[in-house]
Amino acid sequence: MSARNGKAHWSLYLYCLFLLVPLYWLISMAVKPNRDILGGLELVPSNPTLANFVEIATNPAWYGAFINSLTYVCLNAALSITVALPAAYAFSRYRFLGDKQLFFWLLTNRMAPPAVFLLPFFQLYSAVGLFDTPLAVALAHCLFTVPLAVWILEGFVSAVPKELDEMAAIDGHSFPFFFFRIFIPVIRGGIGVTLFFCFMFSWVELLIARTLTASEAKPIVVAMTRTVSASGLDWGVLAAAGVLTILPGLTVVWFVRRHLVKGFAMGRV
Amino acid sequence: MQRTSNKAWLAVAPVVLVVAFTAVAPLMTVVNYSVQDIFDVQTRLFVGLDWYRETLRDPRFLEALARQLGFSALVLALEIPLGIWIARCIPLQGRMTVAFLIILAVPLLIPWNVVGVIWQIFARPDIGLLGAAVKALGVSYNYTSSAVDAWITLALMDVWHWTSLVALLCFAGLAAIPPAYYQAAELDGASRWQVFRHVQLPHLKSVLTIAVLLRLMDSLMIYTEPFVLTGGGPGASTTFLSQYLTSMAVGQFDLGPAAAFSVLYFLLILLLCWLFYTSVMKRGDEAA
Repeated sequence: MSARNGKAHWSLYLYCLFLLVPLYWLISMAVKPNRDILGGLELVPSNPTLANFVEIATNPAWYGAFINSLTYVCLNAALSITVALPAAYAFSRYRFLGDKQLFFWLLTNRMAPPAVFLLPFFQLYSAVGLFDTPLAVALAHCLFTVPLAVWILEGFVSAVPKELDEMAAIDGHSFPFFFFRIFIPVIRGGIGVTLFFCFMFSWVELLIARTLTASEAKPIVVAMTRTVSASGLDWGVLAAAGVLTILPGLTVVWFVRRHLVKGFAMGRV
Repeated sequence: MQRTSNKAWLAVAPVVLVVAFTAVAPLMTVVNYSVQDIFDVQTRLFVGLDWYRETLRDPRFLEALARQLGFSALVLALEIPLGIWIARCIPLQGRMTVAFLIILAVPLLIPWNVVGVIWQIFARPDIGLLGAAVKALGVSYNYTSSAVDAWITLALMDVWHWTSLVALLCFAGLAAIPPAYYQAAELDGASRWQVFRHVQLPHLKSVLTIAVLLRLMDSLMIYTEPFVLTGGGPGASTTFLSQYLTSMAVGQFDLGPAAAFSVLYFLLILLLCWLFYTSVMKRGDEAA
């Protein structure tokens, strides 16, 4: 094992290859016309085309679904951080009645299979008039993003020495001033990592998003499954949509790449 | 050390409210349905534990449960050792480290149905690179008609999708080991295996606990990837618990049985996670 002298073991390159080859195949499908896809195997596309991407960019059913997905993912991340940050601060800094029980109870929600919630979610969100809106999906995804956000943020808050709070009080800063102007800038890395995980778990989810939407707020992941069954096998467009769904994740991981290891190091995913 | 203040509840209240709306209310609804026979809004009949008895006697439920446990055991047995191995191969610092971490993170950021699509495109014998390559080797392989092939493909897909999570967690654990430990081991003339067994593994205990717990609960909930790749087939050979539950709840709209199923399902995951967690903690106490 050569982990410590700055060189990677050959098996790591092999594993990365294993990760990348299926992705390469998806990308190569996305730039092939359908007759080339079905016409036989070719490792490098012989007639590369962007027609599949043009189809997605010009068809409102496709790009609308993308916008819907991004809308609820952003709503969810904003909502999760807003409610989780004060709670994480409280869990880290104070002891209060039932604090440990509450913390672990929050985590048990992470263990509930989404399939369990299909029936009640459909009825609950229909009853309050949110069915088929991005807000419904954003709220429903709080089921797993909020416990996760509290968990990750608590780790980052606890890593900040308590002396910071005390110094601010001695300096005569009010609590809101301290919290928003001093504390939040200090843990912005933690907030970034939390946003990353909220994004990641909300963006990739299908089952709940499918159950809570019909036509108006249809997310991209659902648009993809429905296209397969509706128009037969339009592999090229399907692959192109798949490629596009990977881009937001890549963008986010690029922005938090420096914080990512630290986030994982907290052992709190 | 920590100040005691029940005013902190004010800061926790928004989280409790959100979770009450997204988790508690729906769970209560499910429990409520699971003990009633519902014909329509007005006509409901309290049936006690009948739905639970019926679910536990349903052979299709028991088969799905057996497949589910088998699948979870299989992917955990593959992903945990492989993840540890991969993590040990990543250089702790250097230009390549960030590149490796990003490549490893990519499968985690792909929507789960797209993971299914990727493997569908990759493994199909007619248009897929893997499928065609295996066929070219003279092995008969078709995941849509052979149950064994479907399982192999699903397991491979799950390894592709989730081993990165184990590897990234373990890498973070390894990165936190102070270099002095390695120097001490070197002075003692420890072999690579001894370094792993007595220096690295003890430090990985907490991240590995998290990794196993996450993989355990998430593999028990798997739905989207088999839904896209195999649709639960061939036959019912890859129908796991979530898929069967979804077909019951959304397909047939059997409220009572689906609700009883849901409660049992959630309790099963809680029980398995609790068993694993307490056994790890207990062994840790004995060792200490």
